[in-house]
Amino acid sequence: MAGNLITYRECIKQALREALQADERVFVMGEDVGRYGGAFAVSKNLLQEFGPERIMDTPLSEAGFVGAGIGAALGGMRPIVEIMTVNFSLLALDQIANNAATLLHMSGGQFNVPLVIRMSAGIGRQLAAQHSHSWEPLFAHLPGLRILSAGTHEDARHMLAPALADPDPVIIFEYTSLLNLEKELPTSINQVDIHKAKVRREGKDISLITYGTGVYKCLAAADELAAAGIAAEVLDLRVLRPLDDETILASVAKTNRAFIVEDASRSVSVSSEVSARIMEKSFYDLDAPVQRLCGAEVPIPYPKHLEDAAVPQPAQIVSAIKTLLQHA
Amino acid sequence: MLEYKMPSLGADMESGFLREWRVKPGDKIRKGDIIAEVETQKGIVEIEVFDEGVIGELLVGADEQVPVGRSMATILTEAEAAGKTPEPAKAVTEKTMAPPHHIRSSPLARKIAAEKGIDIAAIQGTGPEGAVTRDDVEHALAAQAAPPAAALAKHKEVEPARPEEKPVTPAVEAPPTAPKEPAKATVTSAESIRMAVAAAMSKSNREVPHYYLETRIDMRPALTWLAEANKQRPVKERLLPAVLLVKAVAKALNDVPELNAWWEDGLQRKESINVGYVVALRTGGIMVPTIHEADTKSLDEIMLALNDLIPRARALRLRSSELADSTITVTSLGEGGVETVFGVIYPPQVALVGFGGITEQPWAENGMLTVRPILTATLAADHRASDGSTGSKFLNAIKTYLQHPDKL
Repeated sequence: MAGNLITYRECIKQALREALQADERVFVMGEDVGRYGGAFAVSKNLLQEFGPERIMDTPLSEAGFVGAGIGAALGGMRPIVEIMTVNFSLLALDQIANNAATLLHMSGGQFNVPLVIRMSAGIGRQLAAQHSHSWEPLFAHLPGLRILSAGTHEDARHMLAPALADPDPVIIFEYTSLLNLEKELPTSINQVDIHKAKVRREGKDISLITYGTGVYKCLAAADELAAAGIAAEVLDLRVLRPLDDETILASVAKTNRAFIVEDASRSVSVSSEVSARIMEKSFYDLDAPVQRLCGAEVPIPYPKHLEDAAVPQPAQIVSAIKTLLQHA
Repeated sequence: MLEYKMPSLGADMESGFLREWRVKPGDKIRKGDIIAEVETQKGIVEIEVFDEGVIGELLVGADEQVPVGRSMATILTEAEAAGKTPEPAKAVTEKTMAPPHHIRSSPLARKIAAEKGIDIAAIQGTGPEGAVTRDDVEHALAAQAAPPAAALAKHKEVEPARPEEKPVTPAVEAPPTAPKEPAKATVTSAESIRMAVAAAMSKSNREVPHYYLETRIDMRPALTWLAEANKQRPVKERLLPAVLLVKAVAKALNDVPELNAWWEDGLQRKESINVGYVVALRTGGIMVPTIHEADTKSLDEIMLALNDLIPRARALRLRSSELADSTITVTSLGEGGVETVFGVIYPPQVALVGFGGITEQPWAENGMLTVRPILTATLAADHRASDGSTGSKFLNAIKTYLQHPDKL
């Protein structure tokens, strides 16, 4: 068994290596990706394998190197820009929002920007308020971008290739709290669809809709709920922009109840958008109000117990759903 | 403007099916007029109105299930009606399906209810904040499709009712082969009446602390008087002993008014003495039609009332006031041959009088032993409402009245 287990970190690394091998236009750039091997050791030894022209260390200048990535993409390259953590992405927000996301439109359809930006995100490593962000909703707000969230090993391993194949900018959120987590990687899957959400577990009683770090939490909760006789469906949104309405609504049509889980704080979030769409398009399929379990609306605290309390935990998911279904 | 609401035709009634309107918008109505036929577990009941005015709008349509207390029609004063042309009943069909805004229900439940044509307002919600959910609608549909089976299954969990008339009331027999009105999806059947009895008797046994008193009554004076009285009457007008019993009970209540009452959030004494008379149905179950103001009626009037009520009770065609107004119940099992009846009170009443059969028995009087026709009268009374001394006074009053039948 141990032979089949693989860390989330190794999944990302394999994806990078595969992309670098497959297309010589692909290169990686970012802070500490080369000599240091990546802040989270994701690109360890890639410099030795692919050389400094394809594994490029950059200065601490997010606006600069993201802009350079956009230029390279416009020039025909297939850059993978790593922003060390989502916390620093705000420094590059102007490049992302005003250039990467808009150039196709502003050029009257002449210039695609085939850029992939990877960034580590998430809460749960006691990094305090300035380094513990779940800012997927912020980026998912921007038209012109495709926003992916790698909540599973499968997606960490296989999302990069289709993202590079996309002619327009794609941002992939990876999760630092999952890096050391070992899971079995299904050998049957060698590509993922970055246009579709994915049902990770089938169920008939309620749809647990989530993404990112919520996926494994919801799967754990679904296991526990199954023991209580509740068949929860776990739907991994995976694509946060544009949202895959079809899969979401099909799941709700089946279960008639939706419960959305995300680490990001509740207000103006992915869950609020998904909830609104379900209400707009599936109102007459609903047998209960859509409910959400989200991050607390606070700067993420440093102490472990407070940090845990600030984001949804499987036990809370289980208890909230049992309450919701109490009457059944 | 007044609202006419679905009346409660007994403590056990939650809703009824409107089967037919007897009035239309613009019709003038007076107190006591029958305005609709409503089907309950106890059969089709003619619903009377207690206001005067003009029918404004009919708010529910035929065959709609209407919960107790929900508005069925508006009643306008003459003045209001004069200023306004009566609206035709066209709104009725539209209103039938649209649930009132205050009903909490899930969108899915509303959709299913609309598709299946079931009134969501009549369904008890079990979802979040009491909302009606899909499960609730489906249960209601299942119950509608097969009321006896569903009801039976449900009631099996309830502790069994103490049967009021075990000696003679047969257990549930096969339902009548041909329903009276087969075209309609009728809820009335022997089983549903059984369920109504079960619900009322279970409630009584659960909530009412009964006490029982018994006395033996020499019926020779009464029977002798009755034989004489009947000689002078044509066959059709002859009196039955039951008439004397009902009248004696009514007069005794005049003397002991504590027992002419309902227990609803405390004791509520009733002015009118309305005697409910238990009629056993051939298909099983019982109906209890009311003889209104029995204390003021003559024996002949009581006999007329019984001759009118008993066949209609057996045909399940009683009026609302005849089902809901009783202030005491009389059950007479004389024909069945038992001597003593220990009854179960029909809530919210506080007393029930049971009469056994009249049988010849040894009777000691003035130091002599003789044989007399003896009737055993029992009282089942609610100990919340009265005590043994009150009950004793009441039974003795009945006994005394039956010794002087000419004064009844």
